[in-house]
Amino acid sequence: MRYSVFSLLAQAFQGHKGWTPVWRDPAPKAEYDVVIIGGGGHGLATAHYLASRHDITKVAVLEKGYLGSGNVGRNTTIIRSNYLLPGNTPFYELSMKLWEGLEEDLNYNAMVSQRGVINLYHSDGQRDAYARRGNAMRLAGVDSELLGREQVRAMLPYFDYDNARFPIQGGLLQKRGGTARHDAVAWGYARAADSRGVDLIQNCEVTGITIVNGRAVGVETSRGPIRAKKIAMAVAGNSSRVAAMAGLRLPIESHVLQAFVSEGLKPLIDTVVTFGAGHFYISQSDKGGLVFGGDIDGYNSYAQRGNLPVIEDVMEAGMGLWPGLGRVRMLRHWGGIMDMSMDGSPIIDVTPVDGLYLNSGWCYGGFKATPASGFCFAHLIATGAPHPVASAYRLDRFATGHLIDEKGAGAQPNLH
Amino acid sequence: MRITCPHCGARDAQEFTYLGAADPQRPDGMAATEAAMFDYVYLRENPAGPHRELWYHGAGCHAWLVVTRDTRTHAISAVEPAKNRKAGAAA
Amino acid sequence: MSGQPFRLASGGLIDRAQALDFSFDGKSYRGFAGDTLASALLANGVRLVGRSFKYHRPRGVLSAGPEEPNALVELRSGARREPNTRATVVELFDGLEAASQNRWPSLAFDLLSLNGLLSPALVAGFYYKTFMWPAAFWEKLYEPLIRRAAGLGRAAGLEDPDHYDKAFAFCDMLVIGGGPTGLAAALAAGRSGARVILCDEDFRLGGRLLAEKREIDGKPAAEWLAAALAELESLPEVRIMPRTTIFGLYDHGIYGAVERVGDHLPEPAPRQPRQRGWRIYAKRAILAAGALERPVVFPGNDTPGVMLAGAVRTYVNRYGVLPGRETVLFTAGDDGWATARDIAAAGGKVAAIVDARSDADPVRKGLADKLGARLFVGGVIEGASGGRQLAGVTIRDASGATSSVTCDLLAVSNGWNPTLHLTSHQNGKPVWDDDLHCFVPGTLPAGLSVAGSAAGRFTLAQALEDGARLGREAVAEAGLTPAGAEPVPATDPETAALQPVWRVKGAKGKAFVDYQNDVTDKDVELAAREGFRPVEHLKRYTTLGMATDQGKTSNLAGLAIMAEQTGKTIPQTGSTTFRPPYTPVAIGALAGHHRGKDFRLTRLAPTHGWSKEQGAVFIESGPWLRAQYYPKPGESDWLTTVNREVLAVRSGVGICDVSTLGKIDIQGADAAEFLERVYTNGWKALPVGKARYGLMLREDGFVMDDGTTSGLGESHFLMTTTTANAGKVMQHLEFCHQVLWPEFDVRMVSVSEQWAQASIAGPKARETLRGVLDPEHDISNEAFPYLAARAVTVGGGIPARLFRISFSGELAYELAVPAGYGDAMMRALMRAGAPFGITPYGIEALGVMRVEKGHVAGNELNGQTTARDLGLGKMMSSKKDYIGRLMAQRAALAEKDRPSFVGFKPVDPAQRLRAGAHFIGIGQAAAMENDEGYMTSVAYSPHLKHWMGLGLIKGGAARIGERVRAYDPVRNGDIVVEICSPVFVDPEGARLHG
Repeated sequence: MRYSVFSLLAQAFQGHKGWTPVWRDPAPKAEYDVVIIGGGGHGLATAHYLASRHDITKVAVLEKGYLGSGNVGRNTTIIRSNYLLPGNTPFYELSMKLWEGLEEDLNYNAMVSQRGVINLYHSDGQRDAYARRGNAMRLAGVDSELLGREQVRAMLPYFDYDNARFPIQGGLLQKRGGTARHDAVAWGYARAADSRGVDLIQNCEVTGITIVNGRAVGVETSRGPIRAKKIAMAVAGNSSRVAAMAGLRLPIESHVLQAFVSEGLKPLIDTVVTFGAGHFYISQSDKGGLVFGGDIDGYNSYAQRGNLPVIEDVMEAGMGLWPGLGRVRMLRHWGGIMDMSMDGSPIIDVTPVDGLYLNSGWCYGGFKATPASGFCFAHLIATGAPHPVASAYRLDRFATGHLIDEKGAGAQPNLH
Repeated sequence: MRITCPHCGARDAQEFTYLGAADPQRPDGMAATEAAMFDYVYLRENPAGPHRELWYHGAGCHAWLVVTRDTRTHAISAVEPAKNRKAGAAA
Repeated sequence: MSGQPFRLASGGLIDRAQALDFSFDGKSYRGFAGDTLASALLANGVRLVGRSFKYHRPRGVLSAGPEEPNALVELRSGARREPNTRATVVELFDGLEAASQNRWPSLAFDLLSLNGLLSPALVAGFYYKTFMWPAAFWEKLYEPLIRRAAGLGRAAGLEDPDHYDKAFAFCDMLVIGGGPTGLAAALAAGRSGARVILCDEDFRLGGRLLAEKREIDGKPAAEWLAAALAELESLPEVRIMPRTTIFGLYDHGIYGAVERVGDHLPEPAPRQPRQRGWRIYAKRAILAAGALERPVVFPGNDTPGVMLAGAVRTYVNRYGVLPGRETVLFTAGDDGWATARDIAAAGGKVAAIVDARSDADPVRKGLADKLGARLFVGGVIEGASGGRQLAGVTIRDASGATSSVTCDLLAVSNGWNPTLHLTSHQNGKPVWDDDLHCFVPGTLPAGLSVAGSAAGRFTLAQALEDGARLGREAVAEAGLTPAGAEPVPATDPETAALQPVWRVKGAKGKAFVDYQNDVTDKDVELAAREGFRPVEHLKRYTTLGMATDQGKTSNLAGLAIMAEQTGKTIPQTGSTTFRPPYTPVAIGALAGHHRGKDFRLTRLAPTHGWSKEQGAVFIESGPWLRAQYYPKPGESDWLTTVNREVLAVRSGVGICDVSTLGKIDIQGADAAEFLERVYTNGWKALPVGKARYGLMLREDGFVMDDGTTSGLGESHFLMTTTTANAGKVMQHLEFCHQVLWPEFDVRMVSVSEQWAQASIAGPKARETLRGVLDPEHDISNEAFPYLAARAVTVGGGIPARLFRISFSGELAYELAVPAGYGDAMMRALMRAGAPFGITPYGIEALGVMRVEKGHVAGNELNGQTTARDLGLGKMMSSKKDYIGRLMAQRAALAEKDRPSFVGFKPVDPAQRLRAGAHFIGIGQAAAMENDEGYMTSVAYSPHLKHWMGLGLIKGGAARIGERVRAYDPVRNGDIVVEICSPVFVDPEGARLHG
């Protein structure tokens, strides 16, 4: 059923009895053209773009839990394309453009809110680093503005400008950045893919990848074997585990990133802000909760939960930035498992196993990348060639040295 | 988390800095190949389960430790000084 | 009881001698010490206390504890305003101010209650289906409207005037909850000599004993309670922490707790924090957190005056408040009957008892008769009416007939859910118990046991038995010897039969599952219809359980209704897991004192006091505060000052603190070999008494750090690192030694803090230095040439180290003395240099001179550059193995067109350069494919009288003389610059060797 204010009102008059399931609940078929492992944001987006842009609809998305149970529903919902390096910027800008048209494309309101993303700087060196980035963004056709301290103060009056350990000196603003309602992104893609015939199969855990003569030909699952012409992995957080089923070792570690939400409050801030003197970012959801986060815990983990040192560190940064947060209460915290890659950038590529495709290494930038990741992964699967904006995301770049290291942190995943 | 440092006793993990997998061995010397070094620097088993990993007790005795920790539960089953490891392997 | 019409004449654990005045929505009321805000409001007959989230429905107090979903208020005012504060846990104090929230213009007449009229359209997830057109309207129109309507209370946003503290505690056993179970556990452990911490979120210990009329050992429970507390207080190893919530369980027995030190006071006591965040390290812990009562979903179940039956008992027995004149009891089990009994005992009227169970029990019939209450066996409440205040209920009896009963209080009893939240903080899933009709703890985290109601053992007898037994067990597991077992006290008889009612389908009206997020049974049905059936989909789609109460009163009912819709059982449908924190925690309590200037530690050089005296302006440099420049009177801007400092150095002599550089003392027979492995260049030939510049790579082949290392003896070296990387390099060296090459005979220690170090630079540096060194040291150019490094003495035998190294390109030395002499060293140097016009200079001038000399620094050593990029390729030895050697050989790192290091000068000397500008060929479009590199550092050279820059550009030195655009649109800059040598001053180095 098409969604609109009219269908909503029509249903309101009949007690909403006429709504149907947003997606079918099909049993897995014996064979598909493409099997996508992972029913998270990226896997569902890939399915949508395979079906809608490449007319490939004999597709199954296999999800071990429920749709959207991974990081797409565990992040701080920020979308932005304020990247520095040429390997990244055009990709994230494509993502931003897809966000801008997402509701119309999906007929689903994912509440894409271009409320602006501002990165604060606290020293001359940081200012120049942000100028470098802002200029790189302009060169790539992305909007960016370098603001001074008073411009930032006018936008964000509550912050600590006068007594801070690291005084705010200004910020780099991307006005087109913002937030989106994370679960709705997964549901919107799922509904759109399903409507084109993609089978979304929940509670279906992949337990093996069948390889014959160097070619991946199917998967073993908790719901039986499924043959496939092409197999695509979109299981960030668990990429190493799934890739190991095909005998691959990846330049990836799994780490836990915590996120936090406060109790619902009347509007206080209407942009996304990152603090430059500590790892901290914050925005306010449409429901009123302050959504914020910081650094990864820093150790390998698949546990989807973190520990107090980072929790306290995040709260300290919050108070360091905004001393009015003291009486605001943190309502929930949770953890997601990140594919932390060795240079902090993702991988969208073929693998040494024919017919097996890899989408991984999103570190903690996966949510904002969801549309472009799906778009470019679908392009790769459908055409066999990388999409131009994702051509740097090669698996062999670590061996050749064509790294995309935005932070300059080197081959240590927990520093990215 | 708490890590029981062999020198300092049980301490909050906040006193330590994490590096990563402990098992990859650096291919030393002029005969080492770029491919072997690539493997050492970049590829990881990244297991979901027991993981031998390096922690540095920077806020304590400055020892590098090999901690065996389950990445699914965070339960720690062994801690030993890293410098013992190579001696053990050589023996 | 004038002014408190619902306060009982006697009874309750309140201090009637201590009246407290408070206000709600600007109106003054009076309560007593020992009240909560909720009990005081109820005593005063205030029933309507808030408006709901979406439909703005009138809401009253539902519970008497932390699970409260409705009675949320803005507490206090001004910068101390605390939104969404549960009135049921706010301890009353004199002068307390509270206000209702989420209403306009007033609580009684809330215009947004019109949302109720729109409610047919405002179902779960309605926003996903609309507001899509036109796209630009989302940010401009729809979203602002939604945002303004959403949210609950208003945060002050202003700087919190109160302070917070952090603390750490260690114990053998942590007891979570100070009810009968926890007290019994603490007694058992405490008597064994164990270090026990007993926490309770309440301000008074006793748990349900405070709310129930019970007997222990034939006496009122209060007597047992008093004795237990007295004994615990007498045990030296037992620490009792009231007003302390254990909010989270973390790995390896670490518990997060918040102690509300001053929340029960108008303002925190002097020198006391408002709250204290604790990390409690417990060998063992016992969760004795009790249970939370469950409401029933029926139309109108949110009407003010509908309350949990156990909460009613709390108000009657603990607070001496009868929250209604005419009560109807709606119960699904035995427990609710205690409410009817206690109300009657307090003199209240019970109009009707509706027991949903169909069995006609003569005892219950007799009790109803005795209370004068109509009894509806097998009946349910089908609706509650009254709007802002309950006026009556519709009862459907076993035959299906309905009758209306007037009442102003409906007490609802539907069984209890164990407070098992902490057991799911480490991914443990609660499991369903068919006999108890509730989830009980599943797999427990290591070190935690669960006792009493929290384990589904709901009777008082079980609580006391569990506490004593598990307390003793925990003592043994913590490695201590339990004391001899004492007999478990006897309790009066109790029964806990239950047949829960999840939902009553009524004729009309909204039936709420999640009060706070306004999720109705219809929303759950819609979620089922649309396929949002997994419990996480249900929660995320309907927002069930996502409000400030985390679904404490709603998650199970939501599951039950979903189960009913899908024809499954509750456990097949899902479980009720809870994320930390157990209840919301103030951010301040977790941040402690880390705010303002104390956000992060501040490191001061040993010469800081001297610099301050000299009038330095300081700047943050990582954790350090360093002297940026030293303005003199009359200097109007920083550039004037810095120019003076630079010129003074180049023409005379200047001194600058460089104590912040990392200093690592390295000793051992293999020390030189060790340096060979960690630096790219060669070290074996370094003579004693010489310093050498070294370059260090990461193992991935990119530059990590640089600095000089000096040979102080055959097997003794002193390494310096950049200020920023001091800790990182130390850690790296320890790694290289302990992990990679433990066979090396080498030891290292950071001596960064042991030495104060100053740079003395300029043509008059030697003369100046002569004035502070003890006379026996010959520092003539011949005796102490460039790169000499040697132990010396100053001030008559004070050990010092002297290095002839230069960052400025001048004749320069670095003099190090034990840190305690740092201040004296600066003063001595100033005296010695006075004849030469010695000038203190800061890191700004230092930076200018290093740009003039083309030295790389932090902006170039940014982790993205290789040695070749920086023009240091020649330092990469081909004769030895070192960290980073192989990865630096990768194809992409050796590509010819990688941007490499050169200098830049403006073609128009009047133009200013800016770091961060990108380079584009003249005449080429500003587009990514034309990006050739960027400016890393700039400075104004008072020597050359124009700006100069360092940067990385494709082609590098081969393009010297070429002109390019320095493109800087974010600062409106786009100027033409010429590529030049990065060495702007004294390229021959004549000054250095003078």
